[in-house]
Amino acid sequence: MLEIKNLQARIDEKQILKGINLSVKSGEVHAIMGPNGSGKSTLASVLAGREGYDITDGEVLLQGNDILEMSPEERAREGVFLAFQYPVEIPGVNSTYFLRSAVNQIRKHRGDEELDAMKFLKLVKTKMKELGLAEEFLKRPVNAGFSGGEKKRNEILQMTMLDPSLAVLDETDSGLDIDALRIVADGVNRLKNQNNAQIVITHYQRLLDYIVPDFVHVLYDGCIIKSGDKTLAHDLEEKGYDWLIKDS
Amino acid sequence: MSSTTVINLAEEPANAFAEIKRRGTALLPLRQDGLARFQESGFPTTNDEDWRFTSLKPFTEMPFETMFEPTIQTIGQSVINGIAFSQHDTDRLVFVDGHLSSELSQISNQSEGVIVSNLASALTTIEDKIGALSGKDQNPLIALNDAFFTDGAWIHIPANQALSKPVHLVFLYTAIKDGQASHIRNLIIAEANAKGTILESHISLGQAAASTNVVTETQLGDGSNLEHIKLQDQSSLAIHLASLHSKLGSDARYAFHSFALGAQLSRNNLRMDLAKPGIECMLNGLYMTRGRQLADHHMIVNHAAPYCNSHEYFNGILDDQSRGVFHGRILVEPEAQKTDAKQTNKNLILSDEATVNTKPQLEIYADDVKCTHGATIGELDNDAIFYLRARGLDSQTARRMLMHGFTGEIVERIQHNTIRDELNELVWGRLENEYHLN
Amino acid sequence: MSTSADTIDEFVSSDYKYGFITDIESESLEPGLNEDVIQFISAKKDEPEWLLEWRLKAFRHFEKMENPTWPHVKYPPVNFQEISYYSAPKKKGDGPKSLDEVDPKLLETYEKLGVPLHERARLAGVAVDAVFDSESIGTTFKEDLAKAGVIFCPISEAVREHPELVRKYIGTVVPYTDNYYAALNSAVFSDGSFVYIPKGTRCPMELSTYFRINAANTGQFERTLIVAEESSHVSYLEGCTAPMRDENQLHAAVVELVALDNAEIKYSTVQNWYPGDEEGRGGIYNFVTKRGICKTNAKISWTQVETGSAITWKYPSVILQGNNSIGEFYSIALTNKAQQADTGTKMVHIGKNTRSTIISKGISAGKGQNSYRGLVQVGKKASNARNFSQCDSLLIGNKCGAHTFPYIEAKNPTASIEHEATTSKIGEDQIFYCNQRGLETQDAVNMIVNGFCKEVFRELPMEFAVEAQKLLDVSLEGSVG
Repeated sequence: MLEIKNLQARIDEKQILKGINLSVKSGEVHAIMGPNGSGKSTLASVLAGREGYDITDGEVLLQGNDILEMSPEERAREGVFLAFQYPVEIPGVNSTYFLRSAVNQIRKHRGDEELDAMKFLKLVKTKMKELGLAEEFLKRPVNAGFSGGEKKRNEILQMTMLDPSLAVLDETDSGLDIDALRIVADGVNRLKNQNNAQIVITHYQRLLDYIVPDFVHVLYDGCIIKSGDKTLAHDLEEKGYDWLIKDS
Repeated sequence: MSSTTVINLAEEPANAFAEIKRRGTALLPLRQDGLARFQESGFPTTNDEDWRFTSLKPFTEMPFETMFEPTIQTIGQSVINGIAFSQHDTDRLVFVDGHLSSELSQISNQSEGVIVSNLASALTTIEDKIGALSGKDQNPLIALNDAFFTDGAWIHIPANQALSKPVHLVFLYTAIKDGQASHIRNLIIAEANAKGTILESHISLGQAAASTNVVTETQLGDGSNLEHIKLQDQSSLAIHLASLHSKLGSDARYAFHSFALGAQLSRNNLRMDLAKPGIECMLNGLYMTRGRQLADHHMIVNHAAPYCNSHEYFNGILDDQSRGVFHGRILVEPEAQKTDAKQTNKNLILSDEATVNTKPQLEIYADDVKCTHGATIGELDNDAIFYLRARGLDSQTARRMLMHGFTGEIVERIQHNTIRDELNELVWGRLENEYHLN
Repeated sequence: MSTSADTIDEFVSSDYKYGFITDIESESLEPGLNEDVIQFISAKKDEPEWLLEWRLKAFRHFEKMENPTWPHVKYPPVNFQEISYYSAPKKKGDGPKSLDEVDPKLLETYEKLGVPLHERARLAGVAVDAVFDSESIGTTFKEDLAKAGVIFCPISEAVREHPELVRKYIGTVVPYTDNYYAALNSAVFSDGSFVYIPKGTRCPMELSTYFRINAANTGQFERTLIVAEESSHVSYLEGCTAPMRDENQLHAAVVELVALDNAEIKYSTVQNWYPGDEEGRGGIYNFVTKRGICKTNAKISWTQVETGSAITWKYPSVILQGNNSIGEFYSIALTNKAQQADTGTKMVHIGKNTRSTIISKGISAGKGQNSYRGLVQVGKKASNARNFSQCDSLLIGNKCGAHTFPYIEAKNPTASIEHEATTSKIGEDQIFYCNQRGLETQDAVNMIVNGFCKEVFRELPMEFAVEAQKLLDVSLEGSVG
């Protein structure tokens, strides 16, 4: 599904990613953990193609195709979904209109029929019900005036609607109360199947109680310094990162 | 206020005024007073703080040809059918160069006591009401209008009545010759608990540099509710000067929407007098300029009573060498406690040569108030573009969507559903076809 | 509040603790403004011909100008003929050679103001130039600074000792044609400070000028010029006080800052001129022009705490001429009693990638009127210019006013300008909450005001931040009853 080979990236003159290697297969959930400033969010941004990063070396293959040369929208259409740490407020742009445009762009790319307004509405309402979201959501402008929790749930709704092959969740758990966390985790778990994969970036082990990862990686100073199964997350919760950093 | 030195500005109107006298036009004392005030002040110049960024030169350097007579040119119904809002079920008053056209107007049976007519035919009964609100304003253009106005709309909604359908005021300008000047006067009175929707369109038929100077007074009684939507869509050489004075009663609601799309020079002077408690007043506007257009909105919202809300929202999109000017002043007098006032002006610049001047101002003398204002100037937000692209939209679509959102913010505030939809399409079509969106 | 009316009275009358008069023999010029006065001042300072010429040109220009009326302040017209344009403590013989020889009464004055000048008690790490009426009476730490190559002296001395530097820069940032009071100042300026930081030098200590108006019927017209050569750095602070007098006194200063490539100037002001009484009697008219120019990668940061003066009229500005240059303006302006302030800044973006930040906190109490007036201008060539402005007003009581008059002009599509403003009052619920936790109302107000101003205090040099905070508390006394 996803192959990251020796990925190196910098912002301005500062090297942030110093050679990341990661292989994610279909059906897998990978968690990436690490202290602040280790490069977690940069990795997410680089995968989604945010501007401002210099890729100095390495490659990222999605189903065999190098995505580093693709524009953000091409990557999205190829199935990369980034759940933003700080979803952007877009005043004046209606949520339904926004989401239908996105869904249809991606459907078109996949060769699926575009959804008309009725079909779309039916689908989105079903999904919202599953996620426990009020329909009120659709009438409001994208993220504008949303609470932190609402924004994160909106990200999950979009993910559900866009049905990505690779979902990257960047600190999606930050700022969520326990109920919101359950909704978010539930949405992620529903999405999971044998044809897609998920990368969950998080600072805390908390989210991993709900989204059980197959692999856990520790990112520190731009490199993955340790990989393991879900017990690694528990170790980190107990011991912190220091023991690993000393070893590395 | 000093007059400029270009052609004999003060003299031309004086000469033209002889014609007013010769015709024995009604309201002579008001007109003479207007002329006297105008002669004393002359035209405002950019030395006046209120006109600092907007030069009236394009107007003052033209000959002064007041349209005393209705135009002979026949205008077919097809012209009306082609303009915005004409497909809605409305009553319609049509004025051509400031004179009523009975043939093109169409008034149905409104609710009991409602008056929808032209001002000139009712002057004797409403004499004392004309200038009641605009009279105190020092603006020389109002003085000029006092002296020269020909006609305009007179709408009266009695207490506890509603307009059964919106009233559409259509102002057409033949614009055959440079310097044609139409002076228009509107009076709108909604008594206590009255309700209605007023549409106002300004359209040029010809391409000449003709000017219009329109003064509108709206009086809203206690508990009344008026929505007023103005679309100025004149030709790129037209000069559009407008003043709106409103006085609102207790708990009255007034929403004024201004869409300034046309004219080489347009200026909207908005003066809101909130002297009774519980008023909700919204001024909501969109200006889009290209070429060498200049669009100016200049407003003063005077809070003189407690518990009033006022909101001003103005968005502008500027292309080519055009200019956008915004001056908003919220004045909160000492007795206006619990005022909630908000003012925003956002500008999107599409070209290297466009200019924006914005002055969002607060002047506050009461302490228990909530007042905020904000202004932004810039390009589209890169984070927002990336967010949309990360959801699969290409960058052109993303930019368009954001621009649509930018205009949508304003259009959305129109309460009347179908009018809102029509304006949405009109604005968007204009942007798509005539602006540099990429 | 538990205080009785008496205590409130006490608050109100006791709050200006710098209102004393130093009884010292002064040499003052007769009131009046004409070319002879300018000749006199110039001769007194032993000035070269070019400077006298410049002063006279400024004066002739001043005579053609009119008093500006656009600020949002009201005051009777100033009669320039009733002001004395020169006053200085009388010197014996040649005058003091060093601070040790300065009249002890003067030293005592500065000691009372909290700025001891003699060696034992000097503020550590701060060099002070003390200006008393029209003359500088001495500068501390001069030798230490000289070792670093830093020049810090009265401007009259700089004219004599470093004429080429003064001549090169004076009037280049604020020309005498700039405005009415800048023209007046250029004609009659008496003293002020001069600072020169050589290339690549980080000034080893804080520099500070303390301005004191003492004599009656005098105006103070100081002129300050700071030149930071390439890659140098300096932090400068000025403080101001004056006695309580029933007449209004005029203070019309000009400050010019020049930050060459990669240089940084931080300029802080704690202005506490006598504000006058509740009825608006007395107090200083503070009409000041302050402006800096930034060359490539340079940075100028203005921080001001304005609590004094009957009328304040000043707009410390930055011309962002060089690419990547940065301008900052952090301001707290408090108006209590009958004070009026019309203050703000101008950020003129000319170079590419220039950035400016404006944080203005206005507090109005009593019958005070407080206006923010600011200009953000982005020129055609200033691509990627960024500005963020935030202007917040806080109202205490219902007889005061808070006003915001921003002017924003952009001629470049890549500009990003954001302006936010709010006006709020100290909420009754906030006060109640504090009361319920055992705080006096006045303390609660002080706490809320200090919280409101936090972002600006942070910008002041440490020792002055504490001073400024205390000053604000004192100035607010009696603002709630």
